[in-house]
Amino acid sequence: MSPAMTAEPERFNIKGNISMKQIGEMLLRKMSFSEIVMGNTALVRGMIEAGTRVVTSYPGSPTPEIAEAIKSIPKDERPFYFEFSTNEKVATEVAYGAAVNGHLATVFFKSVGLNVAADTFVQLNHMNIIGGMVIVLGDDPGANSSQNEQDNLHYAYLSYTPLFEPSTPNEIYTFYKEAAKLATKMKMPVILRLTTHVCHAKEKVIFDAWQPLEFDQTPRFDPENGPYVPIAAEVFPMKAKALKKLEEVAIEMNRSVLNRLFNNGNKARGIITMGLPFLSLMEALINAEEKPDILKLGCVYPLPQKMIKEFLQNHKEVKLIEELDNVIEKEIKALAYDEQIHTKIIGKMDIADWIGEYTPDKVYHMLRKTWPDLLPEKRPNKKNFPYVPQRPPQMCPGCGHRSAFHAIKKALENTDITVADIGCHTLGFLPPYKMGELLMCMGASTGIASGLSLFNDSRKVVAFLGDSTFFHAGLPGIINAIFNKHNITLILMENGTTAMTGHQDHAASGRNFNELTDKIPVRKVFEGLGVKHIYEIDTYQQNKLTELVKQAIEDKGFSVVIARHPCMLKFTREQRSKPGFQARRVEIDQMKCKRIYECIEKFACPTFTRNDDGNIEINTDLCIGDGSCLQTCPATAITPPEIV
Amino acid sequence: MGAFNVYMTGVGGQGIGLLSEILLRAADHAGHTVKGVDTHGLAQRGGIVVSSLRYGDKIYSPLISEGEADVVIGLERHEALRGMNGYLKDGGILIYYNTVWQPLETRLDIAEEVSEEIIHQQCLERNIREIKVFQADLKDVRMQNIVVLGYIDKYELIPGIKTNHYQQAMVDLMTGSMLEKNMSLFDQERTQTSHLS
Repeated sequence: MSPAMTAEPERFNIKGNISMKQIGEMLLRKMSFSEIVMGNTALVRGMIEAGTRVVTSYPGSPTPEIAEAIKSIPKDERPFYFEFSTNEKVATEVAYGAAVNGHLATVFFKSVGLNVAADTFVQLNHMNIIGGMVIVLGDDPGANSSQNEQDNLHYAYLSYTPLFEPSTPNEIYTFYKEAAKLATKMKMPVILRLTTHVCHAKEKVIFDAWQPLEFDQTPRFDPENGPYVPIAAEVFPMKAKALKKLEEVAIEMNRSVLNRLFNNGNKARGIITMGLPFLSLMEALINAEEKPDILKLGCVYPLPQKMIKEFLQNHKEVKLIEELDNVIEKEIKALAYDEQIHTKIIGKMDIADWIGEYTPDKVYHMLRKTWPDLLPEKRPNKKNFPYVPQRPPQMCPGCGHRSAFHAIKKALENTDITVADIGCHTLGFLPPYKMGELLMCMGASTGIASGLSLFNDSRKVVAFLGDSTFFHAGLPGIINAIFNKHNITLILMENGTTAMTGHQDHAASGRNFNELTDKIPVRKVFEGLGVKHIYEIDTYQQNKLTELVKQAIEDKGFSVVIARHPCMLKFTREQRSKPGFQARRVEIDQMKCKRIYECIEKFACPTFTRNDDGNIEINTDLCIGDGSCLQTCPATAITPPEIV
Repeated sequence: MGAFNVYMTGVGGQGIGLLSEILLRAADHAGHTVKGVDTHGLAQRGGIVVSSLRYGDKIYSPLISEGEADVVIGLERHEALRGMNGYLKDGGILIYYNTVWQPLETRLDIAEEVSEEIIHQQCLERNIREIKVFQADLKDVRMQNIVVLGYIDKYELIPGIKTNHYQQAMVDLMTGSMLEKNMSLFDQERTQTSHLS
């Protein structure tokens, strides 16, 4: 290796992908090529080829890797503008604003993000979106990283918005381009619905050549293209126009190449499916002697009715393999009724069919439930295997939230009520902390806490909120608590980043996706809102934090404790990449240790390890030498961090 | 050829992402049609991270069915057993890095740590080839994944994937001193036996 090469900055994407610089170069390649990429990366090439001009988002799994792929392209070479907005609703509005100025726009976010964006989103199809707009949703069947597994196909019906659903990274790429084409042609929003394991699946994707376009920068917004003001008499004609557009799209869907028929010459049995369940179905049928015909839907809304009608007519029985809710099932059954088709349509059979991801195992089981003769019974795979202790996700070694929970718990009575919000601090609900006993969604903690404080003088109510969430959806609840004089304490868990989703910057970080920006200091916001009781402390100062919380919960009205510590995962990664970095660790002085187990059972940093003989040791793989544990040991048996 | 399934598992922060990406690209360099997917849920660090790799002529889903993995790769002892219980075929191969990151229940003294003996017993009962890897003097714990990779290559645990395919994949993924360090560790591990027990 030449010295010139070793002097280069190290490039390696933590998420496991070809190195970032290579991704950036690849995404802008003019020639056709193929490469192994995850679905989220393939999507970005689709955006580029389609001529997308503005892309917005708020981070949420399973979509943040889309932004990582975008980031791999140097800002000056990016063919489109990208921003992380403060929340999904704002992101949708920014994309919409750009689109009515004539730019093809895209907004992406996770499943439940659409709830936040909904107020704006449901109006979109009433508007003449001259640039076209694609809404990319990362749904999460199986609730891998979400508080529910809502089926966002419902929203397509609610808002009269066409919805495409790909099964693979290759399809994400081609379906996006089709969605963009339709959106531009019809001047409307189109949804591309992805699910977790489609976003994160990796395979070789074949990409077309890319011919960069000359863009017309002219702001083309013209009220004459509207109406854009859905008020009074305008509402009905706007709605009629939206429905008319949808009718036109519905006809086209019957001709779309995104729907595929797999003809296995089976007149008796057919299956209609889409998305990831299609792959699971194909997998389940590999060794089946009899293969049903399969209609794989790419256009899920509006349904290609003509195709479905013919498919029903050509089979005695049709099974619907539809993940999550029975949305197309109801429509297909209604269609059969209207068309007087007597095919037996088999949809969901029990509650289990409504729950969880349709993995190959699950679909296999469903097929056997539907047609017991179709597939052989699988050998029962759960024998009496030895138990493996559960491993829930944990706060990292050194996490400031751990110090915070350890300290705050000491300030509260057992009967007091703690309300969590979304973020890393949510993990405080696990033992041994059990802090944050209620959780709803982004920004909900303050409002819920306010309600819990009504008719309640006996149990203190404490809400937690992260700093990214503060800006996302936390403010209205806070303002309400001030405005309506609710007697609660808010603990703002400030770690300076959007940690859970991969350390995206937020409005108080001093940096946005593209450049440095002025910080919006959380404390000044509280001051500006007129909060009278504001306390501020680094969470590693555990005793002081305990005292401050004790004081804050005695304050009348709304009080705030800003419990601050930088995300130590981010901090440690940054330190490690610096030249001359030296690792540090604490040790247990076995002579001093009195086996009180405060460190392992109460403070519970994952670094502490219990030996067979009852001794506590440090896991040297894990300890980052932050030293936040020292103060928790009543026997002072933890030695200060030393360079190792 | 039917599907060959490799199920990788470990704790967040151990480097499953890099390992799975190397295997994926190595399988591609070897000329296989390959699919993979990572499942990391909420885990930034401290939760379970799982990755699957599948190659063969007929591959549709990137997900491996229960009990159908040909090889389970565990970067941690508990996760090795969990992965083996759920996904490994009887008669398959288990390779694991013999380190312990105690799960919550063990640290809280609710459940016992999984021992090497339990895993060994299971392997005997289920006719599973067991390969246990450990390197005491490893400078950087985040390179345990490469130690395991060295042994995967040494014993040719993944049919059809050769040393040069792994090396090519590493060159795809890393540059500079990171590549240098990982490559030399890989070469060292695949040519020696001293860390095997």
